[in-house]
Amino acid sequence: MTLLSVQNLSLSIGPLSILKDVTFSIAPGEIVAVTGESGSGKSMTALAVMQLLPDSARTSGHIMLRDEELTAQSEKSLCAMRGNCIGMVFQEPMTALNPLHTIGKQVAETIRMHAVMSKAEAEAQAAAMLTRVGLPEDRFPLSRYPHELSGGQRQRVVIAMAIARRPRLLIADEPTTALDVTTQAKILDLLKDLVEEFDMGLLMITHDLAVVADMADRIVVMRKGEVVEQGDTKHLLAHMQHPYTKALFAASRHQVDLPNAEDGHAAILSVQNAVRDYALPRTKLFAPRSFHRAVKGISFDIHKGERVGLVGESGCGKSTLTRAILGLEPLQDGSIAAFGTPVAPDMPAQARIKTQVVFQDPYSSFNPRHKVGRILTEPFHLVDTPPTGVALTQVIGEVLTDVGLQPSDAQKYIHEFSGGQRQRIAIARALITKPELIIFDEAVSALDVSIRAQILDLIADLSRRHNLAYLFISHDLSVVRSVTDRVLVMQNGEIVEQGETETVFTAPQHPYTQTLINAAPVLPDLAALSDNTETAHAPA
Amino acid sequence: MLRYTLKRALSLGLSLVVASLVIFFVIEVVPGDPASFMLGLNAQPDTVAALRSELGLDVSKLERYLAWVGGMVQGDFGTSYTYRTPVTEMIGDRIWVSLPLALYALMLSTLIAFPAGIYAASRRGKPGDMAVMGATQLGVAVPNFWFAMMLVLIFAINLRWFSAGGFVGWEKGIPAAMKSLTLPAIALALPQSAILARVMRSALLDVLGEDFMRTARAKGLTRRQALMRHGLRNALIPVLTIIGMQFSFLLAGAIIIEQVFFLPGLGRLIFQSISARDLIVVESVVMLLVFMVILVTFLVDLAYAAVDPRLRSRT
Repeated sequence: MTLLSVQNLSLSIGPLSILKDVTFSIAPGEIVAVTGESGSGKSMTALAVMQLLPDSARTSGHIMLRDEELTAQSEKSLCAMRGNCIGMVFQEPMTALNPLHTIGKQVAETIRMHAVMSKAEAEAQAAAMLTRVGLPEDRFPLSRYPHELSGGQRQRVVIAMAIARRPRLLIADEPTTALDVTTQAKILDLLKDLVEEFDMGLLMITHDLAVVADMADRIVVMRKGEVVEQGDTKHLLAHMQHPYTKALFAASRHQVDLPNAEDGHAAILSVQNAVRDYALPRTKLFAPRSFHRAVKGISFDIHKGERVGLVGESGCGKSTLTRAILGLEPLQDGSIAAFGTPVAPDMPAQARIKTQVVFQDPYSSFNPRHKVGRILTEPFHLVDTPPTGVALTQVIGEVLTDVGLQPSDAQKYIHEFSGGQRQRIAIARALITKPELIIFDEAVSALDVSIRAQILDLIADLSRRHNLAYLFISHDLSVVRSVTDRVLVMQNGEIVEQGETETVFTAPQHPYTQTLINAAPVLPDLAALSDNTETAHAPA
Repeated sequence: MLRYTLKRALSLGLSLVVASLVIFFVIEVVPGDPASFMLGLNAQPDTVAALRSELGLDVSKLERYLAWVGGMVQGDFGTSYTYRTPVTEMIGDRIWVSLPLALYALMLSTLIAFPAGIYAASRRGKPGDMAVMGATQLGVAVPNFWFAMMLVLIFAINLRWFSAGGFVGWEKGIPAAMKSLTLPAIALALPQSAILARVMRSALLDVLGEDFMRTARAKGLTRRQALMRHGLRNALIPVLTIIGMQFSFLLAGAIIIEQVFFLPGLGRLIFQSISARDLIVVESVVMLLVFMVILVTFLVDLAYAAVDPRLRSRT
């Protein structure tokens, strides 16, 4: 008995074809993961099932929930089904809840939309549902507002809203992408338990192949609006046929070829007992200000040519530390020195030349009104005698070639580039002053796996050619593992463990590091999988 | 919430002190001595001196400032140089025209703008939206005195539904008084409602793109339910800001409309006092307007907190 059956679903918006002949199905109690890179149409598939597409979308094909054709329903009956027969969980828990309504009201709203009952009854049901998703009423009263909860807690509220009417089908669109690994593990466990308990079908949209492999009963791989391959998870992982599926999995377990680290170099960055406080709002009108200590006396060195990783969950102080190292914010105690000069907000501009930074979001970290050439040469304001004329054009050309772009790209605007190309431009901007240390702040987190693999290769290649040292900050443990020699693990403003990357990952000492590594979903060893299945199928 | 209110109240008090200082000293540096102005060119110096002492102009600036502020706190705004009547009385007569007029216009403007803005936002890009946007474009562009003259032409001269100007006074009863304020209020409200409708529409469109609106639809709410239950209150913050600013404008900026309709309001009073160098009246009326504007800002701040729980817990 199938619960949801999508047959030959095609969708176009204006002249743009978004989905082509998408076909898959979900049985009750089954978890089906739709995966693919950005632009593959996976989110549109989810919205099509919800029938919440943009007005301009034109669809053909069939979407059957049990024996009801969703594409033929009136808007009124669709409203009666949404939230009642189909629930949906979204990616961004920080914005998926109405900030002005209490969590109790928002969960109760789903219930009262679809059932006639008193406010008190609906609230009692809402409280029971919130308790079920791990927010018991004694600690999380219904009167809480979303801003009083953490990201993981908010996602639990969103889940409670989606399952409040015990829908037969739950759609989760990247439900854990915005969460920390330990929170992600808990939310995924919760979803699995709920699927079993309510015998729901779960349509899970995610780009994270490790999560897919871990969660799904079946996998649907999409590319540019088409399903390229689908099948039972174990079978598909062991016997993937389509080159795109193979490439996708290969990219997500991509190992970069990192040059060997050389020992015995002097420290170029030295952080000594760095302390960074933030003033908290006063609790009473004339009470003395209290402080939040975001970085609690951290010490570490980075040597010439060394590649250091910094991992930790959101709020652990990674970004605060980065801003201090870049000399953007003052320290309250301790010191930071780069290339022998103390680092502080008032440091001379020239002292900033040798340390550059690449940020996470390639879409918002450039001024859209400037041409690439101007964006690249911005760091030259740190230099007393910047190159001009032909020399400048030559420098721009060199640095663009260095990151795999064309010198002629200097004349283009930033919107003409894809996310991966933009990140190359960000790296080129960091490289133009010939720095010896680059801070990569979540520099590959917003990229698709195949693009991410290319950028990681580029970083390794640049490090080889220019003998670059870098501090690679990321929440993604597998990426840090592949591009660093040494790793620092940060929790609550302190470094709880540090050491050679491989040693820390294979034999973590600190309980927090162990928790982090255990919580991070990992791709199973595909080679071993296919060997096993082959022996299993071999005649006795 | 109490802390938030106290902090806002504190900033209200400080703003008033700063405003009173600025008003007093700016007006003091304006050339022209009221006493010599009142007595004319041929006045004897000792007559002028006597009048200066009578008006309290012969003491130091600081003393005069303190006397002025101290008087205002007790409700005594001093005596008009030209009319020799207490300023409190002059303001008292006129504020009962200006304040109701401003509130009336604000009410009309909100009543027009909210439905227009919501309607346009819910039909973004469709003919209905374009019609509303076209009308508001016109409303923003055309000055309010032109509306005033058109209203007089149509409703007073041709249709004879309203009188062309003047104020009958509240002693003739509320309906009659409101009737004589209706045309001025409409003339004031039309351009304001056009601005407010545009703000409402764009604030709503911003909110419609928010993730929680999609969440609301996924829960089974219709478009309309999602807009009214989740969209509107979230769009209110920018709208409240504009409403606050509009009230201030309507109170003090009705001067041209008051001229067109011969209304004895604060705007006309200020205009006449400036021409007559009646500094004490100018100072007092300006101070009163500043007080009202700051008070409205304070109320708008409180309204923000009532709308948005995040502001209540933050400081």
